Amino acid sequence: MIDTAVIPLLKIVILLAGLLAFVAYLVLVERKVVAWVQVRLGPMRVGPHGVLQPVADVLKLFLKEDITPRRADRWIFTLAPILALVPALIVFAVIPFGPETRIFGRPVALHIADVNVGLLYIVAVGSIGVYGLILGGYSSNSKYPLLASLRASAQLISYEVAVTMTLVSMILMAGSLSMVQIVEAQRSAGVWFAFVQPVALLIYFVGGLAETNRAPFDLPEAEQELVGGFHTEYSGMRFAFFFLAEYANMIVISAVATTLFLGGWLRPFPNVEALWLLDLVPGWIWFLLKTFALLFLFLWIRATLPRYRYDQLMRLGWKVLIPLAIANVIVTGTAKVFL
Amino acid sequence: MADATVFYTLAAAIVGFAVLVISARNTVHSVIFLVLNFLCVAALYVVLHAEFLAVIQVLVYAGGIVVLYLFVVMLVNLKRPPETHQDPRRRSRLGLVMAGLLLAQLAAIGGYSVTTAGSASAARATEAAGGNVEQIGWLLYTDYLIPFEVASMLLLVAMIGAIILAKREL
Amino acid sequence: MIPITPSHYLVLSAALFMIGVIGVLVRRNIIVIFMSIELMLNAVNINLVMFAREWQQAVGQVFAVFVIVVAAAEAAVGLGIILAFYRNKETVNIDEMTLMKW
Repeated sequence: MIDTAVIPLLKIVILLAGLLAFVAYLVLVERKVVAWVQVRLGPMRVGPHGVLQPVADVLKLFLKEDITPRRADRWIFTLAPILALVPALIVFAVIPFGPETRIFGRPVALHIADVNVGLLYIVAVGSIGVYGLILGGYSSNSKYPLLASLRASAQLISYEVAVTMTLVSMILMAGSLSMVQIVEAQRSAGVWFAFVQPVALLIYFVGGLAETNRAPFDLPEAEQELVGGFHTEYSGMRFAFFFLAEYANMIVISAVATTLFLGGWLRPFPNVEALWLLDLVPGWIWFLLKTFALLFLFLWIRATLPRYRYDQLMRLGWKVLIPLAIANVIVTGTAKVFL
Repeated sequence: MADATVFYTLAAAIVGFAVLVISARNTVHSVIFLVLNFLCVAALYVVLHAEFLAVIQVLVYAGGIVVLYLFVVMLVNLKRPPETHQDPRRRSRLGLVMAGLLLAQLAAIGGYSVTTAGSASAARATEAAGGNVEQIGWLLYTDYLIPFEVASMLLLVAMIGAIILAKREL
Repeated sequence: MIPITPSHYLVLSAALFMIGVIGVLVRRNIIVIFMSIELMLNAVNINLVMFAREWQQAVGQVFAVFVIVVAAAEAAVGLGIILAFYRNKETVNIDEMTLMKW
């Protein structure tokens, strides 16, 4: 009873609370990092050095007036933000945050579910996230959001192909679809898969940038292009959901890349005995550090690179990344068979 | 007990959403109900211990095919209001007849299954060895390799066909 | 409580199939007709998967995978046809799609 119901429920509650707080603070971190790159300070007023800014943001979004355009489709207008945020959150059910640890004398696995098709589950749930984009733009009954949502969703599904092909080569490397098994495979191989498959990591990261509509692929939501993109007509809590969904998707991409490529909760050089000092750091701290490093890369790229034009973006996705990903799968398969 | 509850809930959801698909006025609503229907069917596959198929259902059907439908619906809806001219009486008479046939068919199936002694089968007690993915993968690449290759050719042809059909100029 | 026998699944998939048939025959919007066809394919899939579980053979699931593949191909081509037609005739009502050549 405790093991089947109470512990998973506690894990879910802790994960959701931590995730939502993380997302809120990621907004602040982004503003700070981008500011420092641009030689200014970012939010400084609310709390010491702007640390309470997310609280102020959340309060603002809660209290703002919730406007629904007059001839918008009300049900879909409300459904779209939910369909954007929920898939981003439920991906974390299969991500392992650490090895099996003992908490208060009980062995507890630091993941909510070890599904034997975990990686495919992540891809499948990610493909549900498209609906938030499309329906958000469509239900606003306004031309800029509609065009922006068509563009954003076309971009997302194009890069989804390249990302999925990359994940196929990771499945070949690990021999299993379960996320826990993939981390175990990296531990028994003694090396993070990033060193064995750097091309795959690159494709995954670039595809992840494009899937989350982040710079330099953020044409569908750039102010100079399409007003606000698909969430132009949204305000208040619904806009908060879209906003949270975008940052939650960023965290999802970083967490999945960490698990697949950077060894999840493993320390650097997992099997080398001489580095036993590194073992004092618990697994989930390594996981957070690596995820944070990838997130910092997301923010750094946003602050540095200019925006891609839409046709350049699509050309990159279809003509460069997909052939590269397929070639990667072929090379990985061949190497696995003959080596 | 829990098994039955889950099944009846999912079955009610599946049938309910299907009815809503064919009866919703607005085509976009139909598409959304179709997505929900597919998600419930995927949940049913999980109950039937076919996890790989459930994930494929969500990935390909709900996340790919229905997105395609949604795109087409949006492109078509751009100029035209939803269908306003149909003869309601003629159509619903046919619908009633079909629904009556459905009821008769379901009653027949239900009656048949009651009279033939229930095969709450013993075969289900043994769990198949190996994971679900390995089983399907093994079959796909040994016994059913040729259909697999033919299916990939079919997808290639369909892809080319769809691109050519939907292009503006050739 | 009656244990869930295969007959339950048969009834469910028969219901889903017939709802699909009703949708194809009653609705005039061609996109809804296509969606009803997808409902029918799903009903068939439920049957296949249920029997795969019943007889402990994975062949049913393999067949279901192929059904999904064919459904994807059919949806892509069918929607391409609809789009091409719509561009010429500006309608999706199949009562108006009566000419073989215009």
